[in-house]
Amino acid sequence: MTPPDHILAASPGWLADALPFAFAASLVYVLLQAAWFRASVVEMGSTLELAAATALRLHHLPRRSRWLMEQLFAAGVRNLHVVLLVGLFMGMIVSLQTGIELSRFGQQDQIGTIVAASMTREMGPFITSVVLAATTGSALAAELGTMSVSDELSALEVMSVDRTSFLVVPRVAALMIIAPVLTVLCDTIGIVGGGFVASSQLGVPLAQYTETALDALQEKGALIPVPMDVYSGLFKSIIFGGLIAIISCASGLVARGGALGVGRATSRAVRDSIIAVIVANYFLTWFLYR
Amino acid sequence: MTNDAGSPSPPPERDVILRFEDVHKAFGAQRVLRGLSFDVQRGKVLGIMGGSGTGKSVALRHVIGLLQPDAGRVEVEGRNVPDLSTEELSDLRKRMGYVFQEGALINWLTVEENLALPLVENTDLGPGEIADRVAEKLAMVHIPDAGKKLPSEISGGMKKRVGLARALIVEPDILLYDEPNAGLDPEISRSINELMREIAESHESTALVVEHRVDCIRTVCDEVVFLHEGEAIVHQPTEEFLRPSHPRLIEFLGPDALT
Repeated sequence: MTPPDHILAASPGWLADALPFAFAASLVYVLLQAAWFRASVVEMGSTLELAAATALRLHHLPRRSRWLMEQLFAAGVRNLHVVLLVGLFMGMIVSLQTGIELSRFGQQDQIGTIVAASMTREMGPFITSVVLAATTGSALAAELGTMSVSDELSALEVMSVDRTSFLVVPRVAALMIIAPVLTVLCDTIGIVGGGFVASSQLGVPLAQYTETALDALQEKGALIPVPMDVYSGLFKSIIFGGLIAIISCASGLVARGGALGVGRATSRAVRDSIIAVIVANYFLTWFLYR
Repeated sequence: MTNDAGSPSPPPERDVILRFEDVHKAFGAQRVLRGLSFDVQRGKVLGIMGGSGTGKSVALRHVIGLLQPDAGRVEVEGRNVPDLSTEELSDLRKRMGYVFQEGALINWLTVEENLALPLVENTDLGPGEIADRVAEKLAMVHIPDAGKKLPSEISGGMKKRVGLARALIVEPDILLYDEPNAGLDPEISRSINELMREIAESHESTALVVEHRVDCIRTVCDEVVFLHEGEAIVHQPTEEFLRPSHPRLIEFLGPDALT
């Protein structure tokens, strides 16, 4: 394939030589993108199918209580220190960044308001979700991927054991339960970290910081008597937890090709989970705050 | 397909429980099965031999519905497996046992839990009855004390035995073995072969054994099918099979055939 003559005629010599290669490269790129697009659509379809199958089997959860408890432990207790550490520093960063700017206008007494609102609305749910995607999501994909490549999933199928009910339901439920719990802790430690920075580095008295932070969380939600910012954040984190679990399980279940396939499934799970969380975050924010 | 002497396959009036009829299967450009046809009599143990990549394991996976043929029929008790509904396939699978090459034990369940899983999921048996059945099958495969261990804590030979016990736990009518001796030393292989023979005699179940070791075929199988390029080119009773006249089979078996 070569570019049209009038383009070649109008181009300098080196560009005319390079153009056919550029066109060929573009063509290959477009085709690759099309293949990638097709694969992505198929992947998304199987993930949605798994989500629907999981929703239809949620009533199996009492039978899976042992696995649910194990998954809660794995996702909750083992990630607690990471969420607390990241949440603490995120609160400190928000406090420092906003505090420096606000102090130029003599408004640093508003730091508590900004830290509390940003942690509960956005930072807490988002940071917790990213930590869960990177740790629990990757572990789920690796675990189910290893089961897939070592014939354990085939063994379940042969024994007529419903793998969605047996493997996916407890994992999805666990993440949907543990994500809001970790989010509350992340919010709390972030606000505390912000207060530490505000009082020690920006000269805002701790009592004033606490008062403005609590004032920011006074607006009650329409449905439940919990501050609107807190419960919107918790609602988001429940959805994010479910998304991470479904995407990670779907990636693991379709893993093929030995250790390499498991590695690919794991990285795909983390990548897609974080993308899904960010996209869902926009639409949830629009829905909750419009 | 012909038998080794060039005459047609065994006559169809036998009590056939399982039949492959002109089965084709390809994975992309790679054609694995190219018109595979053979049948298995009820209560018999049929060995499937052949070189690597000739479609032995692929054929076995068709029997239990893990793979669907591109063309042809895979019949179990006269019903074409690909035509079965999800429920019918599930019911059929509950009457079959499958021993995977590497055991395929669920690695986060203990040996006992692995064995109990199909009973817990698919039957109304109480915990006491399930525990009794698990203990019985573990004793049958000569590892009565392994119940509390995780798969990662037992040897390859023990994993095979646990896989066999798990296949037996549902008391299947048809047993499918996928290279039961793969990766085992000769001594453990012999004990696994003897165990398979014991099970065949005591349970009177039909079995398909994918294997490329002559000692296993000799000990366990009543008949053998030999696959070459996705087709069954030999189907004979074991004794005749091990005195081959087909050139490809002679080439494949080598000196083993004479001992």
